[in-house]
Amino acid sequence: MTEKVSNMWSGRLSVARNAHSDSDRARPPEKENEFSGKGHIVVRNLNFFYGDHQALFDNNLEIVPKKVTAIIGPSGCGKSTHLRVYNRIYELYRDQRVEGQVLLDGLDILAADQDLIKLRKKVGMIFQKPTPFPMSVFDNVAYGLRLHYRAGKDELHARVQKALEQAALWNEVKDKLYKAGTALSGGQQQRLCIARALAVEPEILLMDEPTSAIDPVATAKIEDLIARLRGRYTIVIVTHNMQQAARVSDFTAFFYKGRIVEYGATQELFTRPKEKQTENYITGRFG
Amino acid sequence: MKQRSRILRKSFNYLASGVAGFSAALGLMVLGWILITVLSKGLAAYNTNFFSRLPTPPGMAGGGLANAILGTLLLTVLAGLMGIPLGLLAGIYLSEFGLNRRFAQSVRFLTNILMGTPSIIIGIFVYTFLVAPLGHFSAYSGAVALAIMMLPVVARTTEDMLQMVPKELRESALALGAPRWRTTLQVIFRSAKSGLLTGVLLAVARVSGETAPLLFTALNSPYWPSGLNQPVANLTVTIFNYAMSPYPDWQRMAWGASLLITLSVLALMLVSRLALIERKVKP
Amino acid sequence: MKIFQEESTQNRSDAVFKLITLTGAVILLLIIVALFVQLIKSSGLSLKTFGWSFLWSNVWDPIRQQFGAASSIYGTLVSTAIAMMLAVPLSIFIAMFLVELAPPVFSRWIGTGIELLAAMPSIIYGMWGLFVFAPFMAKYIQPFLKNIFGNSVLFQGPPIGIGMLTAGIILTFMILPFITAVTRDVFAMVPAVVKESAYGLGATTWEVTRKVTVRYGIRGIIGGAFLGLGRAIGETMAVTFVIGNSHRIVASLFAPANSITATLANEFAEASEPLYLSALIELGLVLFVITFLIQAGAHIWLQRVRKSVGVQ
Repeated sequence: MTEKVSNMWSGRLSVARNAHSDSDRARPPEKENEFSGKGHIVVRNLNFFYGDHQALFDNNLEIVPKKVTAIIGPSGCGKSTHLRVYNRIYELYRDQRVEGQVLLDGLDILAADQDLIKLRKKVGMIFQKPTPFPMSVFDNVAYGLRLHYRAGKDELHARVQKALEQAALWNEVKDKLYKAGTALSGGQQQRLCIARALAVEPEILLMDEPTSAIDPVATAKIEDLIARLRGRYTIVIVTHNMQQAARVSDFTAFFYKGRIVEYGATQELFTRPKEKQTENYITGRFG
Repeated sequence: MKQRSRILRKSFNYLASGVAGFSAALGLMVLGWILITVLSKGLAAYNTNFFSRLPTPPGMAGGGLANAILGTLLLTVLAGLMGIPLGLLAGIYLSEFGLNRRFAQSVRFLTNILMGTPSIIIGIFVYTFLVAPLGHFSAYSGAVALAIMMLPVVARTTEDMLQMVPKELRESALALGAPRWRTTLQVIFRSAKSGLLTGVLLAVARVSGETAPLLFTALNSPYWPSGLNQPVANLTVTIFNYAMSPYPDWQRMAWGASLLITLSVLALMLVSRLALIERKVKP
Repeated sequence: MKIFQEESTQNRSDAVFKLITLTGAVILLLIIVALFVQLIKSSGLSLKTFGWSFLWSNVWDPIRQQFGAASSIYGTLVSTAIAMMLAVPLSIFIAMFLVELAPPVFSRWIGTGIELLAAMPSIIYGMWGLFVFAPFMAKYIQPFLKNIFGNSVLFQGPPIGIGMLTAGIILTFMILPFITAVTRDVFAMVPAVVKESAYGLGATTWEVTRKVTVRYGIRGIIGGAFLGLGRAIGETMAVTFVIGNSHRIVASLFAPANSITATLANEFAEASEPLYLSALIELGLVLFVITFLIQAGAHIWLQRVRKSVGVQ
């Protein structure tokens, strides 16, 4: 079933990409916009292992650029594991490994010669718990900028402000830019992390249950934010909250025990699910 | 904005990682160097005489450090007899009765101070009240100095280990109507047994290698231990004296003594580690 | 009635138990107080004779019975400074290696090695220092330094091996395991998500360590540094063997020097005149006060850390 869905999309978008990708790989990477700027992800036959234990089985998926895609499923079904392949953050852990292909704008990001710094500049990540660094609000947002660029004070300030505005946080922190990032409320901290990720101008934003540790009012603000970021960024959001998925996403993938059971337009999936399992999950019969 | 060179950043990362690996290797290398030196030079001094004879004047063959070995054992045991029970008592007090009161807090603070006091200062202290007024060095003043060093270590580890016992265990014993002393000795002690043993072994290990506290208390002696009121031979002060001497055979004996001390400290550490492991394995 | 009788016996036995354990605590307290009091009492003669000038006078003349602590204090401070300047950065690099770079098996063995280094009695360091490391310094390191920094005032004088620099380096090896153990724990306690956030922004391992991990754990690292500092200042045997025992204050790191502990170890047994003895004990008092202040400082620091972070 999933193959049918992804083939449908593949037909329209991927073919051209794939033709492109071989010649892309032949060119030595040098320009900054190595990824052609669409934020289009194609996952092919992805398998994931924690040591000997397999967690993802033959995932095939295509993320539509500039839209919000939600990944839902019961706990332990592999949603976060799958997401964490997109920026290869799993590689920090020795016993975690992957087989298969993940094409980002045509380039296989799992290839050994893929530059991780470049990849992570294009693919930003927000975590379950807000993770402000132990520095001021300003330094938090500027962290990524200072890593990748040599910037004058004014330019830095302008970029930081822009990122905070994009994250709908500027008005709340403009007077406390030099106070500690940890002094903000939980919801503000999470928006700070979003601003920090946006500052380096990624194309794709990965969000791993971004509101699960945050109060409902702050959650609403972040969902608002996601709606506003759609159209400029490709967003993939893992959530265990189905209502949230229904509220914010354009497409939804339902994971169960490491496999993609169903994938389609959010409206369709929630009102007329094609698989029995999907229906059971949505109606709350398990998970 | 100008982009910072990725190649430069990565090279720097490799450089830093290299320095990190090198630093770790350096530490290991020093450890290996010391161990190998002590082992090789120490073994060269070993023969049956070393372990059975009294020291002879430099140049004369056939001497040994049997008296010093005995002396160190004597001092350590004596120190343990004084320091361990007191340390246990203090640790029990802090853990069971002294939860947040000012007195207990100051005792804890001062325990840390005592632990951090240079051992030579403790030696001087014991000199001023046990050696100077009595006019002579003695084995028991050396043991007292070592005991003072053991006391805070035992007290601290005892308190920590007892605190780690889950409070439910304590509470259920008390709820059955057991008096405090029964609860502590029969229930809590038993469950913290291996941790307490580790603490005691660590204190003993630390103290057996100490030189400075003995320099002005137990001093040293070329004879067999002859009573607590006399100076007593011991390995550490012997090492100090012999090493600074110009005689090669005395220096060799110093290495032999060093090896002995190192081996016993390592053995004590190993045993204390095993005690802890056993505890983790038990359900 | 019987129940009440039993209760009061129980209360009494508890009270006795409490009293007995209290004895241990009180003795501990008394020892520290007595230590301080005794030191002051026994250095009375020297305190009266020399007053405050004892602290900065550079004269140490047993023959003319003139004593000043400056050379000993200088040696203590400089050798400790060398040790801290080398040990703290080294410990950060080693912690980075153990926590971020090395495979776990490796990490565990090296961790054990660190504990072994920490357990070595200081006289063993002294022996190794005097007979093995000092000659090594004289033959290779000191000439090498002279070649590079030839004209610097820090490296004047013949490369004899023993001296301030060698003492400082041996101290480095002695305090390194303590600081490293703390730093390693600090690095390991930084939450994975925080590190992942930094990596996720495209940082290299060194950049994550330098800008995020170290900052996150800076308080713990400083606590570990205090620990090392305390040990270095009070270290006796290792320093005594290799510092050279000279009461002259000289700028060169190759020159022999003295520390408070080395002075005490070497001269205490020889001091027969009451003033000499009293001066030495006053030196001990100075050392005690210095270590007390460092401990107190570390204590206050740690209290502040605990308060600001809450229950961690």
